[in-house]
Amino acid sequence: MSILWLRFALACYFIGLVYAFVALRRTSDLFSRIALHAASLGMVFHFVSLVELFLSGHVVWASVHNGESLLAFLSMTFFMVTYAIYKTTSPGVVVFPIVFFLTFVAAVDQQPVLLTSFVSNKGWLVAHIILIFTGYAALVLSFGASLLYLVQERRLKSKQPASLTSFLPALEVIDQIGYRSLLLGFPFMTLGLLTGSVVALTTYGRVDFLDPKILLSLLMWAVYMVMVFTRWNSGWRGRRAAVLATFAFVAAVVAWAANYFSTIHRFAAS
Amino acid sequence: MRFQLIGVNHNSAPLEVRERLAIPESRLPDACRDLSVHPGIEEAMVLSTCNRVEFIAHTTNGHADLRGFLHQHFQLKPEELEPHLYEFREKDAVRHVFRVASSLDSMVVGEAQILGQVKEAYATARAVGSVRGQLDQLFTRAFAVAKRVRTETEVGSSSVSIASVAVELAKKIFGTLQGKTVFIVGAGKMSELAARHLLAHGCASIFVSNRTYDRAVGLAHKFSGQAIKFDDLYNTCDRADIVITSTGSPHAIFRREHGEQFLQRRKNKPMFFIDIAVPRDVSPDMAKLDGIFTYDLDDLQQAVSSHVADRRKEAELAEAIISIEVERFEARLHTLDVVPTIVSLQEHLETIRQAEIDRVRGRMGHLTPEQELAVEALTRGIINKVMHTPITTLKTAAKESEATTVIDVVRRLFNLHEKEKGVASQANKESTAKKEVETRH
Repeated sequence: MSILWLRFALACYFIGLVYAFVALRRTSDLFSRIALHAASLGMVFHFVSLVELFLSGHVVWASVHNGESLLAFLSMTFFMVTYAIYKTTSPGVVVFPIVFFLTFVAAVDQQPVLLTSFVSNKGWLVAHIILIFTGYAALVLSFGASLLYLVQERRLKSKQPASLTSFLPALEVIDQIGYRSLLLGFPFMTLGLLTGSVVALTTYGRVDFLDPKILLSLLMWAVYMVMVFTRWNSGWRGRRAAVLATFAFVAAVVAWAANYFSTIHRFAAS
Repeated sequence: MRFQLIGVNHNSAPLEVRERLAIPESRLPDACRDLSVHPGIEEAMVLSTCNRVEFIAHTTNGHADLRGFLHQHFQLKPEELEPHLYEFREKDAVRHVFRVASSLDSMVVGEAQILGQVKEAYATARAVGSVRGQLDQLFTRAFAVAKRVRTETEVGSSSVSIASVAVELAKKIFGTLQGKTVFIVGAGKMSELAARHLLAHGCASIFVSNRTYDRAVGLAHKFSGQAIKFDDLYNTCDRADIVITSTGSPHAIFRREHGEQFLQRRKNKPMFFIDIAVPRDVSPDMAKLDGIFTYDLDDLQQAVSSHVADRRKEAELAEAIISIEVERFEARLHTLDVVPTIVSLQEHLETIRQAEIDRVRGRMGHLTPEQELAVEALTRGIINKVMHTPITTLKTAAKESEATTVIDVVRRLFNLHEKEKGVASQANKESTAKKEVETRH
């Protein structure tokens, strides 16, 4: 059943996806409201899907597709929180396509790949997954915001009349969204890595720093820290911040892909 | 109607050209005087605002060489100026003046500042004596038309002035303006207005700097802000989020290196420069810096053009009013042209009447007061009856193009040539008579 609910969610997110493409060209209040409602409905289906998964009793959280589904849900949660605070749907331009992609991948494959490693401490594992994914979701939002910052900055600099009527929120608001989600995501990411280390320690007795997964995760974390630091120390924003955010995002994607190469953090067909 | 107008505005010429033609307030009287003594020109007025520089003249033959004057006055080569100039004559010049005063030709259609600027230019030209009869009538009428447009249409109702556009842009950068700091560089009316708008939208504190420190103190006092010595400008400026600059400096006072300093000191927090100075105060390469947004007058125009569409309908209504007013003014001027002739005619006949009464009085012997009155009434009646047709014809002709021909004929018929001069010299008498004529018809 879980996958059926997920597919309903996917259908709703599709409207969000269409919105993301339309919003880039023109502003429509009605459409952004529709997209928002569709996304909310999608989240309800999505939530039901996740709950069913959880109630099924297996530790299937650690499967690639369920992980993607969870990440999509958390990203949407961040998006909704942002909407509640700033009353803007514009981060959806970036968030919706990513969420749609994640949900799509999770919803099409009926046979999830599972983490084969034997994990002795399930509590730590669940904590690790949720923390890391919350960190990822914050990163997704922050990445989206830094792209929007660039767009809005360019519009204001191009001095076109459209910059006054643009659907994008004020530059400083976008900046705040990006910075706050960055700050929020950092502790989650850090704690996620720490709990991951605990899981590794309890399972293998050591942390193999040369494992691609761990190496890339550490790299991603380092970029993340550089972003937070440069922002806090010298107020980097705009182009430089966007470059860093893109870099962190790419590192995150690569770290995720590293699951396929890692010896200890591996998913395999069940 | 021998009006001529030449000039450039924000549509015809880029800022670079307007910068070179702009005439500072202090030199405006001289410009008016120079133009008024140019060959073929009877009266002259010069209007120089941020968005337009216009030379308006009443000429002897309607074909004065205004271009020649421009090239001579500004010492520019004809080809530099030519592509940006517009010239209007007669009715078109009247229409243009009406449109400008009514704010239909403004960068922000319907903004109220232009009328004040035209009034100031008019006052300056009057003080110098370069505006007398015809231009005086033209501008008095233009002010009335502007008032009519303002009251009868909605063109000015949601007036988006440069100032409020600046506020909107600031909001697009900063979101809320609460707690933001404004820096006014160069105490001018426009910057004062913009600052007032920004404060009304929540900006918290204000700095004012001016080359004349006393003016800065005065303006700072007005906004309960802080006056900054001009020498301390660069050390203080990074504390401001929004800088409104409008100094009369011939060179840019904010350059790229200043921008880099500011950004470093304020940890790359964005800064918004509103440059309403002509010539510009902020050098164009400032805009290349991340986090610095500069808008000069032309950019503001682009930003407001989206609002123009909303008002197009009202503007059309206003244009219709202007067309009617132009016709009316033209008719009125023609009517005024025939007035001296009518007055001379009346006086001529009155002289004849008096002379005839005096001549026959001796033969009639003593007359009772009633008889006196009857004679008076009889003669006056005859004259009025006789005069009725010529005067009506003159007034009708006045509205047509044949006015001058008819006037000529009437003058010749009654031999009015010499007398007319005498009438013209009696200015007071004439104006009273004009009113009489107008009320009678």
